[in-house]
Amino acid sequence: MSKISRGVSLYSFQEEMFLGQMGVEDCVAFAASIGANGIEILPEQNMPGFPNLSDAEIAAWKDMLARHGCHFTAYDMFLDTKVRKDRLMTDAEQIASIRRDLVLCNRLGIKNMRVLVFVRPDILARCVPYAEELDVHMGVEVHAPWHLEHAWILRTIEEAARLGTRHLGILPDMGIFMKHYPPAFRARFERQGARPEVAQFIVDSHEAKIMAEYTIYEVAVKMQGNKAEVAMAETLRHAPYANPKRLGDYAPYFRHIQAKFYEMNEDCTDPAIAYDEVINELVRCGWEGTLSSEYEGNRWIQDVHEVDSREQVRRQHVMFERLIAAAEARHDALEVA
Amino acid sequence: MFDKYIIDAASVRNIGPADAPTGFAFTSKLGYYRGLGLSMIEELTVAIDGEPLQRSAIRFDEGPGPLTLDEMETTYDRRWAFGAQATILVDYPGGFPAGEHRLSLQQKLRVSYMPFPSFNNDEKLVTCTDAAALTE
Repeated sequence: MSKISRGVSLYSFQEEMFLGQMGVEDCVAFAASIGANGIEILPEQNMPGFPNLSDAEIAAWKDMLARHGCHFTAYDMFLDTKVRKDRLMTDAEQIASIRRDLVLCNRLGIKNMRVLVFVRPDILARCVPYAEELDVHMGVEVHAPWHLEHAWILRTIEEAARLGTRHLGILPDMGIFMKHYPPAFRARFERQGARPEVAQFIVDSHEAKIMAEYTIYEVAVKMQGNKAEVAMAETLRHAPYANPKRLGDYAPYFRHIQAKFYEMNEDCTDPAIAYDEVINELVRCGWEGTLSSEYEGNRWIQDVHEVDSREQVRRQHVMFERLIAAAEARHDALEVA
Repeated sequence: MFDKYIIDAASVRNIGPADAPTGFAFTSKLGYYRGLGLSMIEELTVAIDGEPLQRSAIRFDEGPGPLTLDEMETTYDRRWAFGAQATILVDYPGGFPAGEHRLSLQQKLRVSYMPFPSFNNDEKLVTCTDAAALTE
């Protein structure tokens, strides 16, 4: 049996929550109904009184999760370095803000904090004593267009290794494994005026893994692309297919995964992100942690469709169960052999 | 990510005396997947039929009371929460013009992790039928 748990980030239900169609408890109840019992929260989204949370509010959250048989997995922090217009936060102010979030994690009983990728590794190194004291893992979000071996990400890995700490590392977002161009992206750009033949050229270029700048130049200059076509080509800058096999190399540095996706097919397959390869590698290396759904498809379809985040998340979890079972069977067979 | 939901077209109403409105107000949500401190709401640009109104004519109130955009720049203890309705108040003598007009709002946000400002845009066709004035 693998040690992979399933969960959901409340980010996934942003459309329904924004419109007041779902509250946080509806999201938690739904997650429980599909066996995704690990709950990732964005306090700045889900807790209107942030950052002032009373003990009673925190107890109410814990009770609510327990009532549904759920538990917290991760806390998504933000760092408002530009809170003032006239200057950036000083280093001391940044550390104080991160420490505030670590304390809130600890009060909520959350062991993993998603750190925005732009936070400086040297600032995080200075927060390690607080993270250790409060027993919270600070995981720098490895978000496209960064990837596992991007030099900026390696700086955090180096800091963690240098300090010999178990409380600093990374938190990969699966958007870095975009093997195929998302059909939902293409469809929206076509609705905005991208010609089908130009959209096909962009999809083909992504499929061939041609570096984005070549395709952008072709579309913008040689094809005289219209606004929608150039915008579509520019998405390639943020659409990398990193090698899922590297997950095993960095597995000691992460305990939580943001399972980003844009759209699931009706047959519960993901047309864009290489979850078959990702989950095979996670099972192979014996990684222990939570695959936390992060549905980000609403913004690509809301111009023409009602958004049904629950159905999208449900399909992703059917896929997770299928892929985890298949990977376990494959690796059990290899071990026997 | 939420542009089309930013202006509540049905919320537009005149403010000031019913027989001589001093402006109009409408309800808006922040087009962002989390809440944000008011000091990071850099601009709220309101336009009618494509004509932007003066910055000084705009005030914002997420609940505790109206602020000018200049005051918001240094307001560090108030936030516009995720999905929460706030009121945009606009000084516009005579009130919202009669008949159907295009009302647009652009929110310019200073999002720390982005290299450039973030812009949210919405435009709605509005007919202000609310004759009853709202006192501030």
